[in-house]
Amino acid sequence: MEIITAILAGILFATAIYNMLQKQLLRIVIGTALLSHGAHIFIFTMGRLKTGQPPILIDGIESYTDPLPQALILTSIVISFGVTSLLLVLAYRSTQENGTDNMEQLRGNENE
Amino acid sequence: MSNLAILPIIIPLIAAIVLIFFNKRVHISRVLAKLFSIISLGTAGYITWYVLEHGSVILETGDWIAPYGIVLVMDGLAAILVLTTNVITTACAFYAPHAGLERRERFYFYPFFFFLITGVSGAFITGDLFNLFVFFEVLLMASYGLIVLGGEKVQLRESLKYLLINLFSSMLFVTTVAFLYAVVGTVNMAQIAERVQEVEQQGIITTIGILLFFVFATKAALFPLYYWLPKSYIVPNPVISALFGALLTKVGIYSILRVFSLIFVHRTDLTHEMFIWIAGLSMIFGVIGALSTSNIKLIIAYNIIPAIGFILLGIGVLNDSGISGSIYYLVNDMIIKTALFLLVGIISYVAGTSDLRKMGGLIHYYPSLGWLLFLSAAVLAGLPPFSGFIGKLLLLKGAFEQGEIAIVIIGLLTSLLILYSIVKIFINGFWGDKETMGNIEKKPIKGLLTPVFALLALAVLLGVGAELFYPSIESIAAYLLDPEIYIDSVLKE
Repeated sequence: MEIITAILAGILFATAIYNMLQKQLLRIVIGTALLSHGAHIFIFTMGRLKTGQPPILIDGIESYTDPLPQALILTSIVISFGVTSLLLVLAYRSTQENGTDNMEQLRGNENE
Repeated sequence: MSNLAILPIIIPLIAAIVLIFFNKRVHISRVLAKLFSIISLGTAGYITWYVLEHGSVILETGDWIAPYGIVLVMDGLAAILVLTTNVITTACAFYAPHAGLERRERFYFYPFFFFLITGVSGAFITGDLFNLFVFFEVLLMASYGLIVLGGEKVQLRESLKYLLINLFSSMLFVTTVAFLYAVVGTVNMAQIAERVQEVEQQGIITTIGILLFFVFATKAALFPLYYWLPKSYIVPNPVISALFGALLTKVGIYSILRVFSLIFVHRTDLTHEMFIWIAGLSMIFGVIGALSTSNIKLIIAYNIIPAIGFILLGIGVLNDSGISGSIYYLVNDMIIKTALFLLVGIISYVAGTSDLRKMGGLIHYYPSLGWLLFLSAAVLAGLPPFSGFIGKLLLLKGAFEQGEIAIVIIGLLTSLLILYSIVKIFINGFWGDKETMGNIEKKPIKGLLTPVFALLALAVLLGVGAELFYPSIESIAAYLLDPEIYIDSVLKE
């Protein structure tokens, strides 16, 4: 099970990075969203995948699910959700103001 | 007394929330912002005194015993950095009303300002690696708000890149924490440090360490990951640039200092040796950038990079004088960078341009501004007896003790070029005939100069009164070099 999710995380990372290297702004935004999904699945995998075990630590219980990765992912999901929505608004506004969503044209050298 | 540790996070947070309600009443906001920053400064001062006198204050949040809950560790290093942060933000709070923020003050400038301080203080204090990520996000969110405030064309363009690079490095941070969690099974920094020694495959630990270094190096703008910094730092208002230049990159370098003096200290021949070279390259490339441009804001923004390089050098050599030099230089640089950003803000305000080629003869109109700039150039470049000198002396002494002669020479040459890059502003902007820029109208700058003057006075005091501060810095360095003290104080074994 761990192997499958690890490969899935890898595919998500690869797709994300491919998208982030594009010139179109919307593709980059999608890339960042995929990147955060990849990271979350990865954290999940790193906590070992077990089903049907209680998330508690008492003497006498041999096998238990680690509750910490869930807490970490939850925090991370909230953060990346917020950042992605901000990024979408910013990308929209920037496209409107600058008249382009092509990163090649958003370079801007007039300040040098 | 352990609740003391959380006060530098709580006070700015309350200030930010209160100020949201007064966003349309600029006058009340200004008074409240000054008041809150002074309260926060006073608290930070008391905490620093308490910590240096009685040792670290550790708060186990929610009464969860370490390592199960999140711990806040207010040790000497965290305390002096929190104090310096509060000094800077107080100066900025007094500068902001005169800074020409106009409508921005009504559009939640002050709440963002205090959220930023919340994040920065939190990142300094926390003793938990994942919590560090969370506080990074808090300060980054506030900085996204600040950098785009005003919504100009160029701001939107640059803030987009700023956001993307930070988002990417944050995700890399989370992934690295996951790796580390898989290997050592904890995110509490003290426990990580304890368990890292027992891991059989030291290779994976070193890999994780280097990954983590890349994350922090992106935030701290080290070579070769500094390319995003200069342009995005010059687009917002000077007071915001000052906050960014003084605090954000310093949080990154602080994290490197913390992590690589506490956790990843077992393969120093690999990691720390690499730091020394990255430090040297950062110095060279940063100062070349500063010399290549005639935009005064860009000159100061590029000067952040060699400063970070100097601090990294101390971490790389990892001995007594190196680490004390890093801490001294860190504090000095936070203060002097704020002063410089605020100064070039004033210069571009009075000259109406930030292009050096269009300036000249300002000394006839604003003599005090010119001499303050000259003084800050001396402090930044590290001329004796100013504070930059003490920091650099310790750093280079540390490098010399390790036999890294090449880096000492690079450091000395870079200092000279840094001095030249700032003096260039002085020569081109202030010297020359009175009529170079036509007949300019004299603008009132007293309100803007006072906070800068206070910061510079403090920077000079740090240098002249080094005898007074050095013993505390030295004891903090000794504390950092012995990770066992940190581990024992957190885990109480």
